[in-house]
Amino acid sequence: MNEPLSKDAVAHIARLARLELGEAELSRFAGQLSAVLEHVEAIQRLDTAEVPPTSHPFELVNVLRDDERSACLPREAVLAAAPAAQDGRFRVPRILGEAP
Amino acid sequence: MSETEAFAGGALAIAARVRSGELSARVVTEAALEEIAASEPLLHCFNTITAERALAAADAVDAKVLAGEDPGPLAGVPVALKDNLCTRGVPTTCSSRILEGWRPPYDATVVARLSAAGAVSVGKTNLDEFAMGSSTETSATGPTRNPWDPARVPGGSSGGSAAAVAAGLVPLALGSDTGGSIRQPAALCGVVGLKPTYGLVSRYGLVAFASSLDQIGPFALTLADAAATLQVIAGHDERDSTSLAHPVADLATELRRGVEGLRVGVVADFLSEASGSCAAAVRQAADALADAGALVKEVAIPELLHGLSAYYLIAPAEASSNLARYDGVRYGLRVDGDDVQEMNARTRSAGFGDEVKRRIMLGTYVLSAGYYDAYYAQAQRVRTVILRSFARAYEDCDVLLAPTTPSVAFPIGAKTADPLEMYLSDLFTIPTNLAGHPALSVPFALGEEGLPVGVQVLAPALGEGPMLRAGAALEAVAAPGARGPVRPQLGGPLAGVAR
Repeated sequence: MNEPLSKDAVAHIARLARLELGEAELSRFAGQLSAVLEHVEAIQRLDTAEVPPTSHPFELVNVLRDDERSACLPREAVLAAAPAAQDGRFRVPRILGEAP
Repeated sequence: MSETEAFAGGALAIAARVRSGELSARVVTEAALEEIAASEPLLHCFNTITAERALAAADAVDAKVLAGEDPGPLAGVPVALKDNLCTRGVPTTCSSRILEGWRPPYDATVVARLSAAGAVSVGKTNLDEFAMGSSTETSATGPTRNPWDPARVPGGSSGGSAAAVAAGLVPLALGSDTGGSIRQPAALCGVVGLKPTYGLVSRYGLVAFASSLDQIGPFALTLADAAATLQVIAGHDERDSTSLAHPVADLATELRRGVEGLRVGVVADFLSEASGSCAAAVRQAADALADAGALVKEVAIPELLHGLSAYYLIAPAEASSNLARYDGVRYGLRVDGDDVQEMNARTRSAGFGDEVKRRIMLGTYVLSAGYYDAYYAQAQRVRTVILRSFARAYEDCDVLLAPTTPSVAFPIGAKTADPLEMYLSDLFTIPTNLAGHPALSVPFALGEEGLPVGVQVLAPALGEGPMLRAGAALEAVAAPGARGPVRPQLGGPLAGVAR
């Protein structure tokens, strides 16, 4: 059986998932996620060496269309639903630091 | 006119009377809006009620009838939409704070198709946040209550839609089903719930949870109403790349075909995992189908019991990817931070509830380096095992019969502290989603505490026809009083009193 998740492990996962968690949340989630993982680990004991994986119920093929212009959503309507917009674009905080 | 009179006979009866001019769509809509407003303080089925839009839509239907134009097959039928279906200009929250106040700039294909068929949308129903849950308790707007007993959950995640139909507030509703989110609440609320074949109904405008599993379907009081709704919303849509090009069968004809010679397999492995009344209902249903001329036998498909574990690896993995889009940039909530990463994290931490955070983290973990093969890839192999075991069973069965849920509706709060216990509610519904198959839940019996019990009919891909044939035979012999509408009342072990 695999090790239960530690608080540090949960904190690492939360960082990867862009979540900020407090101490109490880290402890609670560590216990709950470990319990779920312990249950689902049962499938690790199934012999699937000869079984291919399925990612989708049916075989998917790329859906292509002619490269023609067609109607799309009006820019103003989309930007109106955003928390912040400016000059016809989504506005976000600074991404890069000041030049040295 | 009272709501009871206006709704008599269900959705198709309403449409027939509206189409003939005998009943106005406005009268029906007003009755529904009145019932919804009255029920809301007790049941909380709705996140948003769109009264003005509904009345305008109803008037447009009535105008068409007056002008001699065809108002559509669902003319004047009030319908409730799960609040993860995009509605142009109407808030679509997924019962999450992160989408609070967001008004989509477009309609989901199913919303547009229902509207074109004359149905009148009255509002958006409550759900577990982002459809993650089995009780509607993870909703940021508070739980929906079960009209049969308001101290109990309606199931989930489409609990608001199921409860709204069960309480007689609307004759039709739409939900989405990723691991049982239509069938499980349908069973717990005593209504019909149908999950179509993956790809039969366009998901354009359905907020994505787990894209290889999600599918939209109807709730109704009768199978005929559910089938008529599916007929309207099904069919190819070029805006959904997973939409099937397959033509849709005439479902009303299928409903009338009977079960003579239909080969039915009873999934023996599920019976031992279900409560007394849920297992007994399946045995009774099997006997009834045999009496009606079906060829019934027990089948062993033990692999299906591994579906739950595979699902709780695959669905969170897909969710962790799908929900990455809630980053405070394009819609809904933003909590400011010094840089983009801090803004992202603060927004997501404030906007998502606990269950959504748990699933995002579970998904992130099983996809991360070092764990991918042991968890996610193994779950995908088990998905193949389940597809193969279904295929073997369907070599000599047309449909399968199973319980929909392990138990009747449980009390509010009973499973919120233990996510794993909650997940086990989906044990019998999940394999269908992993396989992309259709299944439906028919209200069939009354179980513990006088609460409704559903029986599930499963079919192979595009087996909606045989599935509806078996469902109709079960509906014909279901226990009287096993389905809604019920008039909700507070207090007592059996608070719901049939009208």
